[in-house]
Amino acid sequence: SISMNTQGGFTFDLCKRNNFLQTKGVAPPKSKKTGTTICGVVFKDGVVLGADTRATEGPIVCDKNCEKIHYIAKNIYCCGAGTAADTENTTELISSQLELHRYATKRQPRVVTALTMLKQLLFRYQGYVSAALVLGGVDSTGPHLHTVYPHGSTDELPYVSMGSGSLAAMAVLEKDYKKDMTEEEAILIVRNAIRAGIFNDLGSGSNVDICVLKKDSTNMLRNYETPNPRVPRREAGYTFPRGYTEVLNEAKENFNRVEIQDAPVPMEI
Amino acid sequence: MPQLSDLIGSFVDDKICYDTGYQAPSQPATHTTQPIVTGSSVLGLKYKGGVILAADTLGSYGSLARFRDIRRITTVGKNILVGASGDYSDFQKIQELLEEVVAEDYCLDDGRTHTAKEIHSYLGRVLYGRRNKMDPLWNTLVIAGVENGNSFLGQVDLLGTQFEDDTLATGFGSHIARPLLRNAYNENLTEEEARKIVLDCMRVLFYRDARTIIKIQ
Repeated sequence: SISMNTQGGFTFDLCKRNNFLQTKGVAPPKSKKTGTTICGVVFKDGVVLGADTRATEGPIVCDKNCEKIHYIAKNIYCCGAGTAADTENTTELISSQLELHRYATKRQPRVVTALTMLKQLLFRYQGYVSAALVLGGVDSTGPHLHTVYPHGSTDELPYVSMGSGSLAAMAVLEKDYKKDMTEEEAILIVRNAIRAGIFNDLGSGSNVDICVLKKDSTNMLRNYETPNPRVPRREAGYTFPRGYTEVLNEAKENFNRVEIQDAPVPMEI
Repeated sequence: MPQLSDLIGSFVDDKICYDTGYQAPSQPATHTTQPIVTGSSVLGLKYKGGVILAADTLGSYGSLARFRDIRRITTVGKNILVGASGDYSDFQKIQELLEEVVAEDYCLDDGRTHTAKEIHSYLGRVLYGRRNKMDPLWNTLVIAGVENGNSFLGQVDLLGTQFEDDTLATGFGSHIARPLLRNAYNENLTEEEARKIVLDCMRVLFYRDARTIIKIQ
């Protein structure tokens, strides 16, 4: 039979093999999910994106400080939730496609361009690429904030959250969001939303990352807040003051005769 | 010749044979497998010297907003509140059980009534027992009360899980409202502040929970 590999997309031939292996007791490896809280907020001069830093493999934390805010262009960043490999590779692919596009158009890239590239890619894979993204940036048309779902649908909204901690974060955003905030207010509300996810959702944890995108500047605040520091036990080691160990009893013996033995002579070979 | 199997489902009275129409069931008997008319979240928050509960007044029939003015929080005696989310008919059964408890207190007439903690324990045992019989009362209950100035707030769910906390939310509220309640809680809340916090949470739930309406209790 002729293979149609040149078409692109997925071939599902190996699924039959995997099913067979599973019946024989060979379990497939667990994918590394990000189990995340990510959110974004539009303020007066731009967009603030936020993310937690925990990556999970099932119930185990496999990375305590991973980076979930990915670079797409100097003025466009993207937070990713879902399977870590999918979010990482999808955003890198679109980032390089966008760079080539920028050389061709000789203009600053627009957020909607990145959005269209992402949604067309994800729709082509019919939801099998498990990447749920929060895309934000500022271009010549102003600040924009979008969500992209794994099946390829998108939304444009003034405030968004995605991931397992999205309900906790959205609760905070719904309560405190108002139009035309200042940069400080926007950073505070995003930080509060991510903290709600970190402390109330088990799939999110560790630190808060923030990215502030404005018309002419981008500020990536990696580990903006670390509310879960690892408290070190005495790093210098322990010192025990004299008398710390209780002496229970003492016994002294005097040796009158001391015999000195000659050092042993090595054997001649 | 008549077989034993012919006689099953019939009985003889004065030599007349009656057929009761009994047929051996082809499937095992099943009980509650899904809730029918449901209530959404119930929120609970302790403040200094008291407790506040809030719930909306909607009874959903699947995705239909069928009963728009039901009461999902009930009083037990003078100073205990029980709120329920989940199946409304099972909550009505629980209300009957609680009335029996109150009646027993009244009849004993010994100057003592059940406290909120005791009602919490009682409902926990009832729900756990029903779950073990594979016939659950499909509710998550919030029990609140005040004894001697100490406020009590506890939750029991359809599996029989029992616990107490300073802030509680059932259903969708556990994902959306609980973070907000936890952030806002402190030991010295006044009633006004607690009311405001709970109303804020109900507002966010109205935004984000599809099975709510704007009227609250």
